[in-house]
Amino acid sequence: MKIHEYQAKEILARYGVKVPKGQVAFTPREARLIAEIIGKKVVVKAQIHAGGRGKGGGIRTADNPNDAEKVAHEIIGMNLVTHQTGPEGRKVRLVLVEEASTVARELYLGVVVDRNTAQPVLIASAEGGMEIEEVARKSPEKILREGINPLTGLLSFQLRRLTAALGITKEQTKAFSALISGLVNCFVKEDCTLAEINPLIVTPEGDVVALDAKLNLDDNALFRHLEQAKLRDVNEEDFLEVEASQHNLNYIRLDGNVGCMVNGAGLAMATMDIIKYCGGEPANFLDVAGAANPDTVGNGFRIILKDPKVKAILVNIFGGIVRCDRVASGIVQATRELQKEGKIRVPLVVRLDGTNAKEAGQILRDSGLNIIEIQGLKAAAEKVVSLIK
Amino acid sequence: MSIIVDQNTRVVVQGITGAEGSFHAAQMKAYGTKVVAGVTPGKGGTQHEGTPVFNGVAEAVRKEGANASIIFVPASFATDAILESADAGIAVIICITEGIPTLDMVKAVRYVAEKKARLIGPNCPGIISPGKCKIGIMPGDTFLSEGKKKVGLISRSGTLTYEAVKQLSELGIAQSTAVGIGGDPIVGSIFTDLLPLFEADPETDGVMVIGEIGGNAEEDAARLVKARMKKPVAAFVAGMTAPPGRRMGHAGAIISGGKGTATEKIQVFRECGVAVAQSPAEIGSTVAKMLKLA
Repeated sequence: MKIHEYQAKEILARYGVKVPKGQVAFTPREARLIAEIIGKKVVVKAQIHAGGRGKGGGIRTADNPNDAEKVAHEIIGMNLVTHQTGPEGRKVRLVLVEEASTVARELYLGVVVDRNTAQPVLIASAEGGMEIEEVARKSPEKILREGINPLTGLLSFQLRRLTAALGITKEQTKAFSALISGLVNCFVKEDCTLAEINPLIVTPEGDVVALDAKLNLDDNALFRHLEQAKLRDVNEEDFLEVEASQHNLNYIRLDGNVGCMVNGAGLAMATMDIIKYCGGEPANFLDVAGAANPDTVGNGFRIILKDPKVKAILVNIFGGIVRCDRVASGIVQATRELQKEGKIRVPLVVRLDGTNAKEAGQILRDSGLNIIEIQGLKAAAEKVVSLIK
Repeated sequence: MSIIVDQNTRVVVQGITGAEGSFHAAQMKAYGTKVVAGVTPGKGGTQHEGTPVFNGVAEAVRKEGANASIIFVPASFATDAILESADAGIAVIICITEGIPTLDMVKAVRYVAEKKARLIGPNCPGIISPGKCKIGIMPGDTFLSEGKKKVGLISRSGTLTYEAVKQLSELGIAQSTAVGIGGDPIVGSIFTDLLPLFEADPETDGVMVIGEIGGNAEEDAARLVKARMKKPVAAFVAGMTAPPGRRMGHAGAIISGGKGTATEKIQVFRECGVAVAQSPAEIGSTVAKMLKLA
């Protein structure tokens, strides 16, 4: 789960990470009040779940509360386009107003789980502010990595090694070490999948401050962080994906016109791939998992059909434990309901294989519905693509 | 021969009285797997459909000689179930449960390694040596125990494995053992752990690797094949069409920071002499060609 910068900073502050004084504002008026309280030059930062906000005009400074209100007025409601939002951009609904900082040095700090060593790894670089991927590509030697053993945590010698390599002065060492410990603690205690401070700045006074922060939280760990659920901002998500998640469906909207419904994530990706391989473009990823019953199938169809780009649907189910005859009955029932509602507007190609596939075929044929039953993955993909062309 | 499990493997089912555990325990027994015990805390001393139930795994090991376990307990308790099995001296732990927090697995894989156990999963379909032993949730009759040749299978996904196996079985290519390693970022066994076992297994003629986007386990597998394997290896990578930054169902299936793309993985496989199936419909024919059957 992604959260906003202001939320990430609130959480990090609880772990002793120093962040600029500031608060979130939903209106220009609120931005003005916050600037008044801060009482000096502020930065107004658009809060969206995407990076590159500065270049797109989503981060601006304001010298006084009047300015802050004016700038907030311009940012709230704007359609912010960055390299991460895609050309359609994202509507800004809230801003973070915080005190402006003077920067003497910019660094990068991040924690992720390293799959190879099966443990979290702290990544640091003296090249802060930039995209870390870019630094890694251009000058990999500038990326420092320290593995975090879950049994010991980050060790003192690792901290010393980092501070030396990053050129942290003796005066800043204490503050820097405290910040790193806070970041690592936060990563572990909050079940993050990513905790990033970029840039981490050193001020001319020697303060070490998280100027920007990003936390991604592990969806699988939400059951033990009930307070994290309220951090979700559904306005930042695709409305069809939000609706799908309410039905416990795993749906991701894509750009193509062939809707697909599949059981299993790997097979769902492979189905998208073969649609493309046959000359089509998948409209979505949809994994109905093991619960391919009439309800799930019906909800899946409804969501796929709400995407106006969809011109045909391919259902690909490989029955293992899920029996194909039950899935077929589900498809027939859902199709009848949708037909009554007048919502079936595109051809439906169904490929069922595995347990009880023969009985399933019979159910589809006996239904009298206009369902195109095809055997074989490739034949099914070719058929659905041919219907669009 | 087969790898990891065979007809002598004695299985304990953790969570046997739950809906999933109960159903699959019966399915495994029907396949011929020696399901010797079940574990449900608080229900020790009872029987579940003819299988003795114990409060803990250690008792199942002591009284029934269990040496493999399969876990069907909910995500919030699954890590503890893994640790309990490892502590009880179980050699092969198969965790079917999906949705386990990543940081729990960070601890679990270390503990399991310390106890010298082998963990498969989590979030996986399990392992099967056709005709001998099935410890998992896969449809047993899709698999083929005897054929013109035998391949080993290692896969990050479930139903895509069944699709691949169906294609192989239709071409008369049997499977020595198929292992679903799971779709999470951190899993107990990865391709590079299992490829050497297939290389050493006299009955395995070649290996099919089914990967997907995210991480670099496929690239590592490719390099190991080039450096250490004499047997032929084929691969398929799912997620050619997946957009970056989006998690495609599996917690591990995400292209982040421009790394872990299917294109990249396919390229490394090819450079290392691995035959790559162009589409998921060509897995069977790619393996047949690799084994010189077509």
